Amino acid sequence: MTKPTEAAGKPADTIQYVTVRIAGQLFGLPILSVHDVFMPERTTRVPRAPRAVEGVLNLRGRIVTTINMRRLLDFPDATDTLQPMAVGIDYKGESYGLIIDTVGEVLALDSSTREPNPMNLDPRWAQVADGIHRLESELMVILDVERVLSLRQGAMAA
Amino acid sequence: MDDLLREFLTETNENIDVVDVELVKFERDPNNAQVLDNIFRLVHTIKGTCGFLGLPRLGALAHAAETLMGKFREGAPVTTEAVGLILRTIDRVKELLVELENNVGQEPAGTDDDLIAPLEALAFGPPAPPEPAPAPQRKVSVGTLSDQVLERELLPGEDTLDEIERAFREAEAEVPRPKPVTKPAAQPAAKAPPEAETKVEAKPAPKAEAKAPVAEGDEQGGSGKGSVSSQSLRVNVDTLEKLMTMVSELVLTRNQLMEIARRQGDTEFKVPLQRLSNVTAELQEGVMKTRMQPIGNAWQKLPRIVRDLAQELGKQIDLEMVGAETELDRQILDLIKDPLTHMVRNSADHGLETSEGRRAAGKPERGKIRLSAYHEGGHIIIEIADDGRGLDVARIRAKALENGLATEAELEKMNEAQIHKFIFHAGFSTAAKITSVSGRGVGMDVVRNNIEIIGGTIDVRSVLGRGTTFVIKIPLTLAIVSALIVEAAGDRFAIPQLAVMELVRVHHKSGHRIERIKNTPVLRLRNKLLPVVPLAELLGTAEPEGGAPGVEQGEQGFIVVMQVGNQTFGIVVDAVFHTEEIVVKPMSTLLRHLSMFSGNTILGDGSVIMIIDPNGIAQAVAHSATLGSGEAAGIDAERASGKGNAVALLLFRAGGAEPKAVPLSLVTRLEELPVEKIERATGRQVVQYRGSLMPLVPVNERIEQREGGTQPVLVFSDSGRSVGLMVDEIIDIVEEQFEVTLASDVPGILGSGVVRGQTTEIIDIAHYLPMGFKDWFHRRGAMQGAPERRSLLLVDDSAFFRNMLGPALKAAGYDVTLSDSAIAALQLFERGAMFDVVVTDIEMPHMDGFEFAGRLRRDPRMEGLPIIALSGLCTPEAIERGRSVGFSDYIAKFDKPGLLEALKEFAGIQQEVAA
Repeated sequence: MTKPTEAAGKPADTIQYVTVRIAGQLFGLPILSVHDVFMPERTTRVPRAPRAVEGVLNLRGRIVTTINMRRLLDFPDATDTLQPMAVGIDYKGESYGLIIDTVGEVLALDSSTREPNPMNLDPRWAQVADGIHRLESELMVILDVERVLSLRQGAMAA
Repeated sequence: MDDLLREFLTETNENIDVVDVELVKFERDPNNAQVLDNIFRLVHTIKGTCGFLGLPRLGALAHAAETLMGKFREGAPVTTEAVGLILRTIDRVKELLVELENNVGQEPAGTDDDLIAPLEALAFGPPAPPEPAPAPQRKVSVGTLSDQVLERELLPGEDTLDEIERAFREAEAEVPRPKPVTKPAAQPAAKAPPEAETKVEAKPAPKAEAKAPVAEGDEQGGSGKGSVSSQSLRVNVDTLEKLMTMVSELVLTRNQLMEIARRQGDTEFKVPLQRLSNVTAELQEGVMKTRMQPIGNAWQKLPRIVRDLAQELGKQIDLEMVGAETELDRQILDLIKDPLTHMVRNSADHGLETSEGRRAAGKPERGKIRLSAYHEGGHIIIEIADDGRGLDVARIRAKALENGLATEAELEKMNEAQIHKFIFHAGFSTAAKITSVSGRGVGMDVVRNNIEIIGGTIDVRSVLGRGTTFVIKIPLTLAIVSALIVEAAGDRFAIPQLAVMELVRVHHKSGHRIERIKNTPVLRLRNKLLPVVPLAELLGTAEPEGGAPGVEQGEQGFIVVMQVGNQTFGIVVDAVFHTEEIVVKPMSTLLRHLSMFSGNTILGDGSVIMIIDPNGIAQAVAHSATLGSGEAAGIDAERASGKGNAVALLLFRAGGAEPKAVPLSLVTRLEELPVEKIERATGRQVVQYRGSLMPLVPVNERIEQREGGTQPVLVFSDSGRSVGLMVDEIIDIVEEQFEVTLASDVPGILGSGVVRGQTTEIIDIAHYLPMGFKDWFHRRGAMQGAPERRSLLLVDDSAFFRNMLGPALKAAGYDVTLSDSAIAALQLFERGAMFDVVVTDIEMPHMDGFEFAGRLRRDPRMEGLPIIALSGLCTPEAIERGRSVGFSDYIAKFDKPGLLEALKEFAGIQQEVAA
């Protein structure tokens, strides 16, 4: 995939992504926005919180607000008993955890294989997707962490 | 330059505050050379720095003020006028400083000749030596870094430059600026965190200043009093905040470690862990201390404010401040500053009388405002007391009635303290005239809100003619609170202890049980009826299955009785664990909109717990009280039966065990009359009551004949005449949704309904009134000209109200036609019926009162017809809406006097025309 593009003047400009799977779909998060990866344990639910908010938990003395990405992206709740994973994110001084199914490898991808969001992408997804990477075997949706976390409560609630 | 300027602004602002305080003191005690020296030095510093920074306007002002003060030092007489002038100059300096800050270092254009000229005139007036150039009074060895006072008496300019420059270098270089006189440093600088920066407020320094106004000459030595510099470092507030957060984390981690160690039993960790624990505790205390500031900081501006007020109002006021050194968290200090200032202004304006007034009352001419602060069990108590006229209960009562905050009957039952509390209601000002100082009706409610926001409470005590004392109780810090850990529907929550009044265990066997009025649970607690709401229901976490949510747990759980403002309620929880000191952590932005929680925290066992916000819960409880039952049963059905209206009922017993009730709004007073006072006259029982004879009527023949003791009596009044209704026992007053379900044929009984789960008879006042005065109704008729009875249409969907109001209106001399819906009423009009006045309910099914009035108004025949709205919903919006659709007046339901008054006004005009 590192075939030089027509505009070869640009230096090969690669971004590293942490890949995760949510209901089978591959997503990539820019590695710089990922703080850590952890197993969410002992989550305290928050009454009256938006539906996508799973709850709050204590991660090494920090209180982390976790967001269930399946719910946010309108997937059904996970049915298998697999221990979910969470990607820890620091956003504006607050700690968040995005709960996903599994964490994969870190990929360094050239921006040349990146495409804008398809026009017909589910609007809910389009709100949080920052483009698509064409991998050989499948497509990877780039998750824009800032946009996920700045979603207004309304969008979180559905 | 920028940094320099900012430093200058910070420091000058501080200095100016001190000058304010000192000047007021100086005015009172012109012979105190120390105070004068201090002021002089501060002004001089400002002047010098201005020269250095190239701020000619400020410099000139300070120079002129300094010159005048130089004269004082030489012994010129100190007059109020002169001090006032200097104070005004200081104000101007403040204005300029603000401008300077806004315009990034640019002095605003303009001159200050208006101030400088009189300053100079005063300075060079009578004795007139051309320049103040006496020799320096004292020369202290200049070996140490000395303050600028020591070599003063120079005009601004090159001479002082070095000195100023040095002052700035010191400030920047984080060198603690030593003072010539060593004062016992209140807090060793060692407490200050190591990564100190040169910024913002120094902790101990303001403390010293704050003491100054209180301490009276307790400091010896030349020039040191209230000195700005001391053994301190300036530390950025952010740095402290960060430290605090980190220590909080440490505390939580320590708690977790301790928990693990406890579980593991004997391990080698035990000893070092113990040490860690102790060190952590000390560290926490130390860091907490850095956040603490003396409350005197919030008081600094008060002496000046009071002085100005005293001048403006022509009063003589002493401000006494006690306990200025009492420390509290700086965050709270910031929040309490404005409310305190407001209250002191209030005391000066409303509280204290004028000098003449005081003389007339036999009090010393000088009024006193006393501000005091002290610690009490994790809280700080602040009292603002004046020895003025005290709160006028009668006036507050009248005002409360006028504003519709309470009915006459409710007021009758209240004691003075309860009536005093009305001053905390919005828009409540009893000041007879509005002054520029206060009396605009905003204030005490804002004060109360501000105090409640930080988890505090405010109370008032007052004795007429003797003075008023406000007592504010606030937590020492917002960062760490004591909280009660409870469980509801499987989740644990922390409830701040401050809001918790008591815990009640509910068990079907114990004395306390939850009773239900339809679906609304209530608790009987010491003769009070408390609304209770299951916490899980408020939070929406109750298990949906099992029919009525929360009931099962409710009947077995605990009730946390909470008080927020003047609202008392209970929340039902499944279990209560223990209290714990928790570190409040803010919730993430995603959750911050949840009003029920004020934050979250990590407990000792490592789990995260949500902290309940008592204010949010109180709101939710109020909301669920109005909506909750409606939701459950369907709002429409609820409305149709008229049950949405809560009525205050007075419950009593009279002949038999079953309770009887009467709408409280009809009762004028409750009395316990000594039996021996009851006399018989013309075959009736009467009592001398308030200067006239009041007939007493028994509710029925079965009531107890008392031989001694007291006889409970309900007093009903109308047109200046009163009748007492004798009963066996007054039980309680309940506010309840109520309906007469069973009409009655028995005279004197309107019907019966269910109150507190018991069948209760509602008595018909209209039946008893004529028994007292045979001519009760005739008299009314005669008074108003019998044939001219006016016709009145009463539209209300609630049978109870029709039954209650109908007779009352008839008794007032109206021909009453009743209609149970707006549609039926319109049909009456269509059939050609005409009325002199229409009284209608607002909340009715199918067609509400607004629409009804709108329709009537569209008919040209009805143009002049007075239409009066009666509603339980008396919000300003509703009243406004009522006005816009054409209501002549808008009266609160149950406000019978108000209604009669309005009827007299609107229907009475017609009568006069007719007469």
